[in-house]
Amino acid sequence: MGLKDRLKAGLTRSREAMNAVFYMGGEVDEDFWEGLEDTLVMGDIGGALSLEVADDLREQAARENLKTASQLKHALASRLADAFPAPDRDPFDDLPSCVLFVGINGAGKTTTVGKLAGAAKDAGTRVIIGGADTFRAAAIEQLQVWGERAGVEVVTRERGGDPASVCYDVIDAATREGDELVLIDTAGRLHTSPELMRELAKVVGVTRKRCVGTPVSVVLVIDATTGQNGLNQAKEFNDALDIDGLVVTKLDGTAKGGITIAIANQLDLPVYRIGVGETIDDLQRFDALEFCEALVGDES
Amino acid sequence: MFSSLSDRLNDTFDKLKGKGRLTEDDINVAMREIRMALLEADVNFKVVKGFVADCKEKCLTSEVMDSLTPAQNVVRIVLDELTELLGSTESGLTLIPNRTPNVIMLVGLQGSGKTTAAVKLAYLLKRQGRSPLLAACDTYRPAAADQLETLGGEIGVPVFRGDGAHPVEIARDSIHEAVDRLRDIVIVDTAGRLQVDEAMMQEAADIKRAIKPDQVLMVVDAMTGQDIVNVVQAFAERVDFDGVIMSKLDGDARGGGALSVREVTGKPIKFVSMGEKPDSLETFHPDRMAKRILGMGDVVGIIEQAQQMADEEQVEAAERMLREGFTMDDMLDQMRQIRKMGGLTKLIGMIPNGERMLAQSGGALDDSQLTRIEAIIHSMTKDERSRPKTINGQRRKRIAAGSGRSVQEVNALLKQWGEMNKMMGKMRAATKGGKNERRQMRQMMQSLGIDGKGGGLPF
Repeated sequence: MGLKDRLKAGLTRSREAMNAVFYMGGEVDEDFWEGLEDTLVMGDIGGALSLEVADDLREQAARENLKTASQLKHALASRLADAFPAPDRDPFDDLPSCVLFVGINGAGKTTTVGKLAGAAKDAGTRVIIGGADTFRAAAIEQLQVWGERAGVEVVTRERGGDPASVCYDVIDAATREGDELVLIDTAGRLHTSPELMRELAKVVGVTRKRCVGTPVSVVLVIDATTGQNGLNQAKEFNDALDIDGLVVTKLDGTAKGGITIAIANQLDLPVYRIGVGETIDDLQRFDALEFCEALVGDES
Repeated sequence: MFSSLSDRLNDTFDKLKGKGRLTEDDINVAMREIRMALLEADVNFKVVKGFVADCKEKCLTSEVMDSLTPAQNVVRIVLDELTELLGSTESGLTLIPNRTPNVIMLVGLQGSGKTTAAVKLAYLLKRQGRSPLLAACDTYRPAAADQLETLGGEIGVPVFRGDGAHPVEIARDSIHEAVDRLRDIVIVDTAGRLQVDEAMMQEAADIKRAIKPDQVLMVVDAMTGQDIVNVVQAFAERVDFDGVIMSKLDGDARGGGALSVREVTGKPIKFVSMGEKPDSLETFHPDRMAKRILGMGDVVGIIEQAQQMADEEQVEAAERMLREGFTMDDMLDQMRQIRKMGGLTKLIGMIPNGERMLAQSGGALDDSQLTRIEAIIHSMTKDERSRPKTINGQRRKRIAAGSGRSVQEVNALLKQWGEMNKMMGKMRAATKGGKNERRQMRQMMQSLGIDGKGGGLPF
């Protein structure tokens, strides 16, 4: 199964919802536009942005004389894709590289680190994992299982240890052993806790300081089922840590991940990877146009 | 931050001032604002449509149209409607009497907070005098059973883990285990599953059939967006849960999903989960949730949060302050309290109209102010902290240099302290009076400091 097919399979439900809008009566009337707005809202793009996108598309339709469903789909897909900036560099490809994963509780950080480590190892990259989630019970054990599965070393400390010193240790180990890719898992935290955000800022600070000559990226992991609060999350994490990009997880359900568009649009953050399934290969590279085309059901 | 619904409606109606009677069009404008507010709170758009239509009908009565304060009236109607919809007559757990053990099963998506909720529920039941057993039926996520075991150990509740066995087996065995170990309630923690994963949904149904739980609770993340309707619908059809635990409500998500869950499945929200500590599982209050969804601030929430923080130690501290006066260490303590509750900005956000007032006053509230004051106090010696009056010019200079702040800032802080101490003095004088005065003083103290410790906020 090719990438696009896989992505589409993961997004089938969203596409069906879109198709229902686009084939309604075959004619573009007021109902069509209202339905379109609803569909965008349903995809978690957000009330205000949905309105804006729909209005823009309406203008464009009049200007460019777009009448058919497929023309409109195409226009909408590229309009949505425009919201995503192209990444300057892919921190998982451009080696050496050190990546910190941050996000709220239950977003899927540990699983993402495990999958990425497995994929990188399979591709022949020398990779090492840092388990800086010393807070949650059994987070270290969870990461160690992933490490064993992938055959990747996991550097960590006992539960309750200082997360910043884990980063220190893992970077030392990477330098010593010549690892090209360092993946660091951090404890999940709500963006509304200033204390925990400060702790994380320290972790990121230590890592940036310690990584001499190796670029450090901070990646925010966002659950695709997240609603409008995702924007607050991204803003707060970005303010505290200066985020480089996003990984969107759990796109294999019926959630549309539309909040990603709002985040990318407002904060100008690229999406590095998306999770469209349970297995290691299901953490895919992100292609904005493909993502949006699959979302609106544009077959062209 | 989104502005709250009442602010928005005030703005809308401000524009209509002097128009005399409101027209239906004006109400339509207000309804658009309500629609947007609900969408921003992640209420499902279909639910929003129905809800707004109902509200509009109610708002079109002459009571609102001719009112001098239409905004307040509209807000009241929306709030009442919302509270009613969220309301539930059957909150709390319904357990079958005379069944030993009672069984509670938790289900939900990955990362929704089931394991944490299971532990919190066990802790709650333990405090109610029950002896719970936790069953680790998540055999998929690596180390899930370890997590439950560690957390169970922390709260002193045993955990049953049938490593290597099938989840249905583990669930069934856990009940035998409970009988053997004389535990009277089993909380079954299951793996996270997507509602479209046929095999996993079947497994959940199988577990349910095998153990016949008294209550099946679905754990729903308060941050979930529009998709929540698909999720809960599928779970309601396949597993048929009895109620919902909303998790991660300690964040700033509006939690509009709660309304969608009620509307789509009719299932009550039984608990809300507010943090990482085991005692942070609370009963659901529809009125507070309604206010939260509309972004109207949660005064009760602030008070409770403050009460949670205030413990015996602080009552003692307050009494000591009355006896010996207010020291710099007390001031430092107060600031730490504020920070613990999420910082000034968050506290202001919880006060109705707080954000609006803040914006009007220039919005110059900065949590870093707290850090600066903290730094200054840290640069004082122990003696200076307990007797700030001894701080002379030279000492001020030293403190300023030590904390990296200016002498003026040190002066300002000392002045603040002086005022607070003066107030304390007055109270001290008053408490020497009879019982009645003492009660009055206590009330006065409470009105001055949100943590009931006396003294105004240090800024």
